Order: sequence, then structure tokens, then C-alpha cells
Amino acid sequence: MKIFVKFLQERIKGFTVKGEVFLMVLSRLNGLDDDDLVIELNEIARKCRVEIIKMVYRAQAGHPGGSLSEIDLLTALYSTQLRAKPDEPNWIDRDRFILSKGHASPGMYAILAEMGFIQHSDLESYRVLGGICQGHVDMKFTPGVDFSAGSLGMGLSFGIGCAIASKFDKSDRECYVMLGDGEIQEGAVWEAMMAAKHHELDNLNVILDCNRIQNDDFVESQMRMFNIADKWLSFGWNVKEIDGHNMYEIIEGMRWLKSNKDAPSVLIANTIKGKGVSYMENNPKFHGAAPNEEQYEIALKELGE
Amino acid sequence: MTELAASRDGYGTALLSMSDDSKLVVLEADLGKSTKSCWFREKFPERTISCGIGEQNMMLVAAGLASSGFKPFASTFAIFTERAFEQVRNGICRPNLPVHICGSHGGTHTGTDGSSAQSIEDLAIYRSLPNMVVMHPSDDISTEILTSKLLDLKSPSYTRTARNKTPRIYTKGDSRIEIGKGVQLRDGSDVAIIACGVMVSKSLEAAELLSQKGIEAAVVDMHTIKPLDEELVKRLAAECKLIVTVEDHSVIGGLGGAVAEYLSENIPTRLRRVGVRDRFGESGQAEEMLELLNISTNDIINSVLEIKGMV
Repeated sequence: MKIFVKFLQERIKGFTVKGEVFLMVLSRLNGLDDDDLVIELNEIARKCRVEIIKMVYRAQAGHPGGSLSEIDLLTALYSTQLRAKPDEPNWIDRDRFILSKGHASPGMYAILAEMGFIQHSDLESYRVLGGICQGHVDMKFTPGVDFSAGSLGMGLSFGIGCAIASKFDKSDRECYVMLGDGEIQEGAVWEAMMAAKHHELDNLNVILDCNRIQNDDFVESQMRMFNIADKWLSFGWNVKEIDGHNMYEIIEGMRWLKSNKDAPSVLIANTIKGKGVSYMENNPKFHGAAPNEEQYEIALKELGE
Repeated sequence: MTELAASRDGYGTALLSMSDDSKLVVLEADLGKSTKSCWFREKFPERTISCGIGEQNMMLVAAGLASSGFKPFASTFAIFTERAFEQVRNGICRPNLPVHICGSHGGTHTGTDGSSAQSIEDLAIYRSLPNMVVMHPSDDISTEILTSKLLDLKSPSYTRTARNKTPRIYTKGDSRIEIGKGVQLRDGSDVAIIACGVMVSKSLEAAELLSQKGIEAAVVDMHTIKPLDEELVKRLAAECKLIVTVEDHSVIGGLGGAVAEYLSENIPTRLRRVGVRDRFGESGQAEEMLELLNISTNDIINSVLEIKGMV
């Protein structure tokens, strides 16, 4: 099977600019097939998971749960979809990526380091005074971060502004926004959902990390969301649901996002909070808590370090 | 005969005057007819973005546009900008994105809707945000000039305009009007009256009446609340020794608050603040509201007499 590989090779045709992130992955794939791509991406995600655990352990603070749930999605987004240049992070025609659930920053920093926007050594500055890796992602501090998030429910509106700007500029740059399922309890998200459809922003794409847990407890206990897909559908969005840890489904989902040219689209990714570390999985306690030394060793071992 | 004009009209004409800049975009939240961005929409609908009745979304859409190199001007009623305070704080001011917010119908000198639409705290809350420029011009001409100057500002701003027509202060193209620079409109050395917005014309009126009593008041239009023109305040304090601030806003945190903070730290000076005394208004005609809230021309005169020990 070479569906994904062919799709990606098709995508890079006509791109003359070197150094775009997904080229780095594809350059290793010449002559290979989809299974190799998936193996490659899963390995990138595994390395990112290790960095997430190290960051949160060093800082003894932060948000491992949501970082581990989102990282397979971020890996595929950066490796197969996002047009951006690590050596020119402010390139005006880059695709925008807005991590609206900005507390899940270790995941973002890990993928930025893996893709070369920042150095692996920068990860040591997570939550440290003077460091470039702020507790919540901040465009003023970190190359490759397009929005200063941290207060929930803001990224989609900001993404609308970026998507409209792209249309004004007659550019083909796309805007991707990652939201959490707890986050969409914020009312302003629904203002933005209406506005994105009203302005027919087919270059706006949401990846919804549905990890079913928020700060205090399970989403179900804090504010029942019922059928999330139906809600987005009724607002006029294209909707697709996937398993957010199945790399085949994720890549196909990214391809689907890119191909939609009639309305804004949302990829609803069902994920597991804390994915990859047994005691963190589906455990509300690790929404915003660091592992102790013993837990740290267990996590690294489970992640193959 | 003094001409009458509403400062909100100056916002509308400024947007039109800046239309040559292809990066200018205008955002509305269903109140364009009131804030006067509708004039821009009529001519440039493709650069006018309707956000419906959704101010929180509007502020951040503007931020996204600014991050992509556009120059967004977003307006609604002053009171409804406050609904999006945290969006402005976290999504605009923190990343220092040049989004320009206009809040019209500010203060109590507005329609008869009552206290729900009377913003008496907007200047205070926006003044508290790092990176934010805060202005409250006194007439349409100064509003137009100051708004036009925002086009080159690299930081966010909040400008309050007023709904009602009040005496026009300036003539077109007045070269004294600069962001961050107060304008001395009347000379006098007995007391300095520092005012903003619709209260500037009231202060000039009060100064003429005080003159009949033998008191010569300097009157300053302090259209920029932040950054405060500290040099001017310092000079007025040195020359007049007594200062009265006048605003259609709470005495807490607005122009009076800014002047009081500066004076008490740098050049302690006797001060009276004419403003809304920590209460809400109610329905009534604009002039009646100034009477009710003790911020009318007579209240300015009384404050001056009081600070001079004449009552």
C-alpha cells in the first residue's frame, strides 16, 4: 500500500522551497510504503512522549495527560501536512497551527524540537525563568508557536482571523486549530463555530482531541456533551471521527481535512488521556500533575527508553 | 454659534480616510450603524467582517488578522467590549498585537437605555493592561485624527467615543493632536482642569463661568489616558498648584485615577476628581444624567471653588 506515501509525494510537487517539515519525513521514505510511514511516525511520537515525560518531571509541574493524548495527532500533522519551515518560523505563507489547549504545551514543544524549530536542549527551559518554553504556549517566546494560548476557548477565533487573512492575501495557506473536548465547554468556541461557517472558511481545520478528561474529572461528570459530532454537523461543518492513536486513521484524517473545499472541517479524534504511560491513562489525576521519581522510571521504561 | 458633533462620527470618517491602506480591515458586532463603521462597510464590504453579536469571537478574529500582518479596527459599544475583556487581555495585549478597539456610546452621556449600556469603567480596565493605549477624544475631529494615527501604532489600543453631539472643539487638521499629548485649550494659572471626552466642552464652559468670578482656569483636553502626558500634568501642577480632573467615568481608575497616581508619587498636589462616585446610573436624558451623577458643569465649578477654599 502506498496510498499515503503517494498522496504526500503528490503534495510536495511544485514546492520549490526546501526545509519544509514534512519533506524531512518524506525524504526518508523514497521507495517505501505506507506501513513504513506509519512505523516512522509512531517512532517520532514515541520519542516525543519520552520528552513530554522528561519535561514535566524536570519541572515537577505541567500537563502530561493532554500532551500524551494529542501527540500522535501532532506528529502526523507536522510530518505529513503542515507547510512550515523550521529555519524560517515566521514565513508569511506557512500554514498556521494553533494549539488552543495551550496547557498541553509539552506535546507541542516536543514536536517542535523533533521537527527542528527549537533545539532539544530548549526543552530543559520548560517552565524555567528566562526559558523559551513557557508553561502555556506563547508566540512571543517560542519559534513555531502561532498563538499565545493558555486561556481556553480562544484559539478557534484566532484561527478564523488567520484563515480570513489567508483569503485576503489570496494565499493557499491553511489554518489548523487543536481544541480539547473539555475546552469546547467555553461558550466563545460556539461563537467561533458559527462565524467560521458564516464566512465559509474552507481553509480552517479543527482537530478535536477528545480525551474525555478535564481538570477536575471526566468530562461526562463536569458537563455532558452528548453527541459532539452532531453539534458540529448542525453548525454546518464537515465532520469526521477517527481513533486518535491509530496512525493510519490519523493520516487519512489529515488527508480528508486538506481535501475539503466547501466548508470548515473538524476531525474528531477519540483519544486516551495519558496515552502510553499505564498509570496516567484515563486518570484525571495526571491532567496536571508530574510523576514522582519512581513513576518517572516506570514511564520511561514503558515508553521503551 | 458653536458647531455640534458626535465623536463617534470621527471614527467613521477616519476609517474611510485610511482606506488606501490595503491592510486595513474593519470588524463589526452588529453595531456598525451605531459606531459608524457602517460608512466603511458601505464602500468596502469586502474588507468589513461581520462577527454577529459575538464580541469575544470578534476580538480574537481581529488578533488573528493582526498576527498575519493586517490592521484590524474592531468596534462595538464600549460596554460590550468589556464582555471580551479576557480575550483582549490574553489574546491581544499579551502578545502585543496591534488590534484597535473602538467602544462607542461610552459613559453616561449616551442614550436613555439606562445603566446596562453606560460604561463607566472601560477606561479603568483597559488602562490596567500592559501594552494598551487608551484614548477618549472630545469631538469628531480629534477622534478622526487620533484614529488615523493608530494605523502606524505597533501596539493595541482602546478608543472610547461618545454617542451624542457636543460642541466641536477643534478645526480640521489641528496639528496639536498627537497620541499621548494633551492639548491645552485655555490658559489660566489659578487652577488646572484636566478633562477628557464630552466633559472637555463642559470644562471649557465651566472655565468661562469661573472667569466671571475672577478665577482663571487652564483647561486641558487629555484625550490620551494612557500613556498619560506626565510632562504636561507636571507643568500644570507647578503653574496652577490646584488640579481638577473631569470625566464621564468612574473616579476609580480612569483619568482622575491616572492623574492622582502620577501626582501623589511625583509632585503631590491638591486634587479634586469630578467623575462618577462608585455608583451606577439609570435611564434619563444625557444632561440629566450628568446632573444626577454630579458631573455637570455646575459640579465642575463647585469642585474648583471647593479646592480653592471659596465655598
